[in-house]
Amino acid sequence: MSNEDIQKGLAEIVEEVAGVAADDVTADKSFVDDLDIDSLSMVEIAVQAEDKFGVKIPDDELANLKTVGDAVKYIAASA
Amino acid sequence: MSTFATPAGRAGTRIVGLGSYQPDTVVSNHDLAQRMETSDEWIRERVGIVNRRFARPEEKLVDMAVEAGAKAVADAGLSPSDIGAVVVATCTMPSPIPNAAAQVADRIGVKAAPAFDLNAACAGFCYALGTASDMVRSGSADHVLVIGAEKLTDWVDPVDRSTAIIFADGAGAAVVGPADEPGIGPVAWGSAGDLVDTIHIADRNSFIFQEGQSVFRWATTQIAPVAQRAVEAAGLTLSDVDVFVPHQANLRIIEAIAKRLRANGAREDMLVARDIVESGNTSSASIPLAMDHMRAAGQISSGDVALLVGFGAGLSYAGQVVRCP
Repeated sequence: MSNEDIQKGLAEIVEEVAGVAADDVTADKSFVDDLDIDSLSMVEIAVQAEDKFGVKIPDDELANLKTVGDAVKYIAASA
Repeated sequence: MSTFATPAGRAGTRIVGLGSYQPDTVVSNHDLAQRMETSDEWIRERVGIVNRRFARPEEKLVDMAVEAGAKAVADAGLSPSDIGAVVVATCTMPSPIPNAAAQVADRIGVKAAPAFDLNAACAGFCYALGTASDMVRSGSADHVLVIGAEKLTDWVDPVDRSTAIIFADGAGAAVVGPADEPGIGPVAWGSAGDLVDTIHIADRNSFIFQEGQSVFRWATTQIAPVAQRAVEAAGLTLSDVDVFVPHQANLRIIEAIAKRLRANGAREDMLVARDIVESGNTSSASIPLAMDHMRAAGQISSGDVALLVGFGAGLSYAGQVVRCP
């Protein structure tokens, strides 16, 4: 799966969980500062991403994924 | 060879009475914002709580348990002498001994009753209800008074915004009695001791610690399957459930579990308990408190199928379906 596909899939999850328009979920955006996503929503996003991409995103890893780009890179490397 | 006699036991069990008690003091999010860095908006978004009740310093856990328990016995149309055993689910007694149950039994007027506390934290009420149901079915007692009672404010750092905004005080109770037609399904229960560190009180001088994200992940992914097991164990399907009464941990956990249940066949019109909004998280008291409040509000009727599921420190979990009294 290409990074573009991962980002598109992740954007759909973010939209469903946090109500952020998928088009706004771009690589340079910070989940917390730009997209206003709180720590519990991050867990919901991680759980759905695990199902969708077949990866594991433990809570301590989650803390390191500051931007959408970080998450895409992590998923690409783990998948 | 001599043979041991065993009691005949009962075909089924049912909840025959409910009761609850909350302290008078209502504490709003605005009140909490006066004493720590938080806000009404932040609390509503994270946990969905608007108000909660705190006991007065001199008001004891046992006092609250007595109030709720006596109401449940009266609601069942029974007198204290009809109660064969008292089980108090609690994890916040001020000291390990004495237990709460013996004092509660004595003060309600249940003389010389078998009485014990059960600690499965926020899963405590469902553990105790399952135990009580088995006691009645096996013939160990005819009617069992089950109480969930907590004074969490004794064990919460009053200025820790990760816990002080969530936890509250209160008690809820149910009387379990025999029934020809089973009205309490088999308990689906278990534990996850490998996650022990995620919610704990380290020692007698410490406050409750909770790893919010880990607990949230566990509760939103692992508890819906437990609830489903409870439904299947009773020979029902999720579409039979009229009302879902999970432990009132956090509104977002409640909504997430309900969403999973609906995705797996629960009805869109299944009522979901949201007592946490006005009561906070009262651990083992939250399920009977929610049931009693929903009944008082006319939201549930006698005979409705309620799906209960408790989950919390241990980690521990338990659920069963019951017919509302």
